[in-house]
Amino acid sequence: MREITLSKAVNEAIAEEMRRDPTVMLLGEDVAEAGTPFKVLSGLVEEFGPERVLDTPISEPGFTGIAVGAAMTGMRPIVDLMFGDFLFLVMDQLCNQAAKTHYMSGGKLNVPMVLRTNMGATRRSAAQHSQSLHALVAHIPGLKVAMPSSAYEAKGLMKTAIRDDNPVVIFEDKLMYQDKAPVPEEEYLIPFGEAHVKRAGRHITLIATSSMVQVAEAAADTLAEEGIEAEVIDPRTLVPLDEDTLVASVKKTSRAIVIDEGHQSFGVTGEIASRVAQKAFYHLDAPVMRMGAMDVPVPFSPALEDLTVPEPAGVADLARRMVRGEVQYAA
Amino acid sequence: MAREPSNTADYLRLYTQMVKIRTFEDHANQLYLSAKMPGLTHMYSGQEAVAVGICEALETTDHITSTHRGHGHCVAKGAAFKEMFCELLGKAEGYCRGKGGSMHIADQDNGNLGANAIVGGSAGIATGAALTAKRLGTGAVTVCFFGDGAVGQGLLYEVMNMAALWSLPVIYACEHNRYGEYTKTEEMAAGSFSARAEAFGIEAFEVDGQDVLAVNRLTTELVRRARAGEGPFFVTLHTYRYHGHHVGDINRTYYRSKDEEADWRENRDPITNFAAHLEAERIASADELAAIREAVAKEAAEAVAYAEAAAYPPQHEVDSHVYLHRSQESAGA
Repeated sequence: MREITLSKAVNEAIAEEMRRDPTVMLLGEDVAEAGTPFKVLSGLVEEFGPERVLDTPISEPGFTGIAVGAAMTGMRPIVDLMFGDFLFLVMDQLCNQAAKTHYMSGGKLNVPMVLRTNMGATRRSAAQHSQSLHALVAHIPGLKVAMPSSAYEAKGLMKTAIRDDNPVVIFEDKLMYQDKAPVPEEEYLIPFGEAHVKRAGRHITLIATSSMVQVAEAAADTLAEEGIEAEVIDPRTLVPLDEDTLVASVKKTSRAIVIDEGHQSFGVTGEIASRVAQKAFYHLDAPVMRMGAMDVPVPFSPALEDLTVPEPAGVADLARRMVRGEVQYAA
Repeated sequence: MAREPSNTADYLRLYTQMVKIRTFEDHANQLYLSAKMPGLTHMYSGQEAVAVGICEALETTDHITSTHRGHGHCVAKGAAFKEMFCELLGKAEGYCRGKGGSMHIADQDNGNLGANAIVGGSAGIATGAALTAKRLGTGAVTVCFFGDGAVGQGLLYEVMNMAALWSLPVIYACEHNRYGEYTKTEEMAAGSFSARAEAFGIEAFEVDGQDVLAVNRLTTELVRRARAGEGPFFVTLHTYRYHGHHVGDINRTYYRSKDEEADWRENRDPITNFAAHLEAERIASADELAAIREAVAKEAAEAVAYAEAAAYPPQHEVDSHVYLHRSQESAGA
């Protein structure tokens, strides 16, 4: 199978959906000729024209609000939010308007829009361009949240998001745009709410999101050399969450670590760990452990920044200790 | 109507629509005072000529976005009393099945994209609806209602900028009722409202918001021009809210005098003054106008009684409509 970059996969997904459905449009800062700073959207304005690939001023709340109104009246806009950190700017339009419109109107109105943005530290971009804020939006009923872990997921999830009748937020890891993965030439969609077992194993389950799937897989490679078989599962969407697949795996392995690049406190790792622990309680040989980003603003210096996110050696070390029975309670 | 009044029926429709709003609000206030309505609500009384003058210049397929003080817009755009009162009381037959309440009534069939409880929060939605109209060539115009309080919100200026850049068919209708919540507008807004719009190259207008004919005349012209691609426009409508910020804002002399309130009610009431005009021009007699008021009062009383007796939504609906699932529901835009 051919291999393409995550960036190309997103571009293909959007182009295919724009060809299929004339109501799909893109809007955001530098989405047209510039193709975004990460060049993800290059070529789209040439094919679809500046009215469907709409460059906006630097007005994130404004163009997000415009997308909400356009979505309510017949368009399927894709909002390009250049950095995930800018979510704080658009919270009212996303969380008070888009997320609640269907409910508040008793089902009369709906908002079929996609907000695509990014996440991920270690790009040396400091505290306002490095955050992973998916837990914030996953907290709000009415929003769906997708987190592709490779080019394959990026394409399939984006196409599903565009066809969804609800507001969907997609977080792409900005460090993965040039990573290649096998992606079929023929069309495919990835349904929301279906976790993917990336690697089967029987001793411990590593539940990982986005780029942390790569971290978990690297840790699993190390553990395999020691005879420890780790199962790696990518939930692919946080909302909806495929709890059944996660719980079934943990019941089988009796141990789990949840790995996510959002801050560890009050975030995705806590939520998933809690749900798994509740439903697999009598099957557990160790507390469900979690590894999130440190609870500090993302520092600039590489010497500090690399300390803040989970990495394979740390995951392997914790997994090893859990399998050996050295982690009986969370210290 | 979607045009200026040209015959007796048109004039009486303007009158009837304003009476409907006033009557609706009088009942809503009573429901609050008698503790029959959950929560609270914001009265539109005094501002009727704004909603009616504007909405009568629109087609059903044109859109509006509304505010927390939104009952008037809702009635003016064609909503029915029964579903509105049911919504105010949180009943299943309300426009939003009791999930929205006073501050969130949406009536998509009549082009009302919903009231919004965030001040200025619907400016983006209105502008987006106008973007849809332009992209799909529907010819629809959107009116964004907001109060003078919303001129303090940055979102408004972001979307006005884009509406001007892209020549969108949207009319920003600023209902200047002189108070933002419990504070005089001049203590919160520096400079000129019109100049704010003109800075973006948007044509701005001011009109007496107590004069339904003046509002309707101006809006009819702006809607025509917006359909022709000459939008956006900004209109400041000078008006007055008779009640406090909300129904519970009773003792308010610390921010405005009773004399001022009495002056507007006695000398500048949009309904009384329009009635006098209709009689003076011999378009309608006092008896005919009284008959209209009586008919509206009867309709409202029946709707209130219906809503009071109506059923609450079943408990299983608490988690429906969080997401739209096409396979299970046929609703949606």
